[in-house]
Amino acid sequence: MKNYLFLSIATLLLAVSGCKPKNTGDAIDGDAASKVYVAPGKYDELYNFVSGGFSGQVSVYGIPSGRLLRVIPVFSVDPEKGWGYSEETKPMLNTSHGEIPWDDQHHLDLSQTNGETDGRWLFANANNTPRVARIDLKTFRTSEIIEIPNSAGNHSSPFITENTEYVVAGTRFSVPMDNDNGDVPISTYKQNFKGTISFISVAPKDGDMKIAFQLLLPGMNFDLSHSGKGPSSGWFFFSTYNSEQAHTLLEVNASKRDKDYILAVNWRKAEEYIKQGKGKKQVVKYAHNKYNESTHSATSIMENEVTVLDVKDFSDIVYMIPCPKSPHGVDVDPSGEYIVGSGKLAALIPVFSFAKIQKAIADKSFDGKYGGIPVLKYESALYGEVKKPGLGPLHTEFDGKGNAYTTFFISSEIVKWNIKDLKILDRHPTYYSPGHLSIPGGDTRKPYGKYLIAYNKITKDRYLPTGPELAQAAQLFDISGDKMKLLSDYPSIGEPHYAQAIPAEKLVKNSVKIFKLEDNKHPYVTMGEKNSKVVREGNKIHVYLTAMRSHFSPDNIEGVKMGDEVYFHVTNLEQDWDVPHGFAIKGAKNSELLVMPGETSTLKWIPEKVGIYPIYCTDFCSALHQEMQGYVRVSAKGSNVPISFSLGKNSDAPDSLLNK
Amino acid sequence: MQDGIPSQNLNITTRVITFICGLLLLMVLFVPLWQIELSAPQYPEGLVMKMYPHKLAGNVDIINGLNHYIGMKTLHTEDFLEFTVLPYIIGFFAVFSLVIALILKKKKWLYTLFGMFVSFGVVAMVDFWRWEYNYGHNLNPNAAIIVPGMSYQPPLIGYKKLLNFGAYSIPDIGGWIFIGVGLLLLVALIVELKRKPDYEKIK
Repeated sequence: MKNYLFLSIATLLLAVSGCKPKNTGDAIDGDAASKVYVAPGKYDELYNFVSGGFSGQVSVYGIPSGRLLRVIPVFSVDPEKGWGYSEETKPMLNTSHGEIPWDDQHHLDLSQTNGETDGRWLFANANNTPRVARIDLKTFRTSEIIEIPNSAGNHSSPFITENTEYVVAGTRFSVPMDNDNGDVPISTYKQNFKGTISFISVAPKDGDMKIAFQLLLPGMNFDLSHSGKGPSSGWFFFSTYNSEQAHTLLEVNASKRDKDYILAVNWRKAEEYIKQGKGKKQVVKYAHNKYNESTHSATSIMENEVTVLDVKDFSDIVYMIPCPKSPHGVDVDPSGEYIVGSGKLAALIPVFSFAKIQKAIADKSFDGKYGGIPVLKYESALYGEVKKPGLGPLHTEFDGKGNAYTTFFISSEIVKWNIKDLKILDRHPTYYSPGHLSIPGGDTRKPYGKYLIAYNKITKDRYLPTGPELAQAAQLFDISGDKMKLLSDYPSIGEPHYAQAIPAEKLVKNSVKIFKLEDNKHPYVTMGEKNSKVVREGNKIHVYLTAMRSHFSPDNIEGVKMGDEVYFHVTNLEQDWDVPHGFAIKGAKNSELLVMPGETSTLKWIPEKVGIYPIYCTDFCSALHQEMQGYVRVSAKGSNVPISFSLGKNSDAPDSLLNK
Repeated sequence: MQDGIPSQNLNITTRVITFICGLLLLMVLFVPLWQIELSAPQYPEGLVMKMYPHKLAGNVDIINGLNHYIGMKTLHTEDFLEFTVLPYIIGFFAVFSLVIALILKKKKWLYTLFGMFVSFGVVAMVDFWRWEYNYGHNLNPNAAIIVPGMSYQPPLIGYKKLLNFGAYSIPDIGGWIFIGVGLLLLVALIVELKRKPDYEKIK
């Protein structure tokens, strides 16, 4: 079956492109090097935020250089930065299942105002244990994570509306609802398994997220989504597959029907019904974690209610648009009029018209119902089809000049086509098998254009081999001309899926350099060296430790006993840019701390053996960094060594010992 | 002037100049007088210390943090009597100038003002140099970095390399205004000295 499929695909490929794909040598342009060269000390033109896939993190690259600027820990622990290990950050990874050290991070969306990126926040989804994170672009840190109840595989997320009113989260797996009995035979999928789409509101000022409502939908797989814009503002589009409602061998059983659906959701209407009190409250349990920048600490609270609208009870919230062959990407062009569906196995790309969809709804041009939801007639929603574009279309982005660019996984290429006349203008191979692509601002009303970055799943011979496990790749194209030009090719962190890019000047001016010490409201902050101390409270020992070039205060600590829990509350007293201090203690089973200027972080340490334990600074802070160290003495349980601490009181022991 | 006795009054030009000097000196109270710019490989953006009539400002904390390596005393506004006295002295010169222009209007007061102003300038610079000398030479013998024979006295004016730091000491807005006022007063003085005594006109 599988072989047959690939054979037919291969045949089709030859039929479509008419020749073998070009090799790299042909593809590289002569002046490519100068276009990606950013001289030492110069800034890149754009920030590129790239999802980390199974790394769970978000990486930040400079474009056009492809230089890695930072990896932001989001859903996975990061011992390097103490993320998920410090007492302050542990609550960020809390869920209704307890603390989870990893997730699968697929998509990113930058906050928008009037359909344009505004540089305030970046939203990220967690696929495995459904969550949405908000990253603050002043600090490049994760400041909020909200869990999604009634969901499994939060894939069509975190796409946002034009003014960041909502972030959406659609479930990939349909499952029994959280407050239903989940102990049912898997074969009862059709009766018991449901899908949901959550609308998470975002507070305009501080970005606080809240699950405003959920739409209850028939059981199937919800894949990707994008917000309407301009005329289609107020609508959201979701691709779906497995309308067959298969629960086993989906590659065959969910590929049977000729068409699945794109869901058109009138969220303004849903919002009205919620305001009228038509939603049903459901008891659920989900974690809501927030990081407070003034206490430098996170808190996790367990929420217990969500409001659900069962869409089959309302005739005008959701409509289904037939779309060929298990659509993956659903992308809306900058004008908001054209909606592009990419059927993974289709040999064409359907382009739907928002105006026609509205007319079809008004005329009730329906083709029956699916799970109680009206299905529009394919032809009455369709603007036109891009014929024979390639094989395995996945995602489409736009350059703002009337062109669309679609990735083709199977034929491993990007195809440029015109939105109006649906004619193919150019095609370029990628190396190899692209998933997502991203054009800076390519999903907004005002694409920045100029560059296109393809994120490839297979790299094989592209880089020096590193054993069986290879990096994924990003490929940068210049799209300023009529023809796409490949500029460069660089490996990426984790497995990138979707990405977002934004002109550097929108972020640079807001980037935080230090945290002001006088604003530090951490309960265990040490304001100045003279306040550093060690306090015993039962078997808990709080060390109020300060770090300043090039010493800790105190750096000699005694009186810790076996059975004690020691909390090192490290305050970095520096108020100068780029002077972090690190903190590590021998035998710690968690991680180090990296403490930014003006910040307080806490490492919990439970000594397991009597002895002397060195502490030291792990970040090369100054010329005397290697001197930035100290000792902690651990005595036996019941020992009478009192708590004591000091800095700079060296012993008077005679040097004669050394001279012997 | 009809009586043939040389007039001791300031003419309108020098009175206007003196008046302007008074206003300019009032402005000096609110702007930095002097600045020492520091640059190092690690500080491409540069560090700066600004001396206002009443305080030290700029990256003082960062500079103090760095100076601990060489054992230099930390700099604090409250350690300097100068920052208490200076605003009064500048205020005095401002008010004195205005009073001369509007009320006293006599040449001898202009000469007095000029003399005092120049003397103050000299004393101020000597005082500044003395502080720089003390901070640059009185170093903690237990400092982490001790370079034999090395002192860290910043230049009085101009550029000097101190280990990895380049120090550039120049007047700030207030200092330039001060110099300008000195020059304007000198002009007024010359105008008055060169002006032919009024009685000669009678002949």
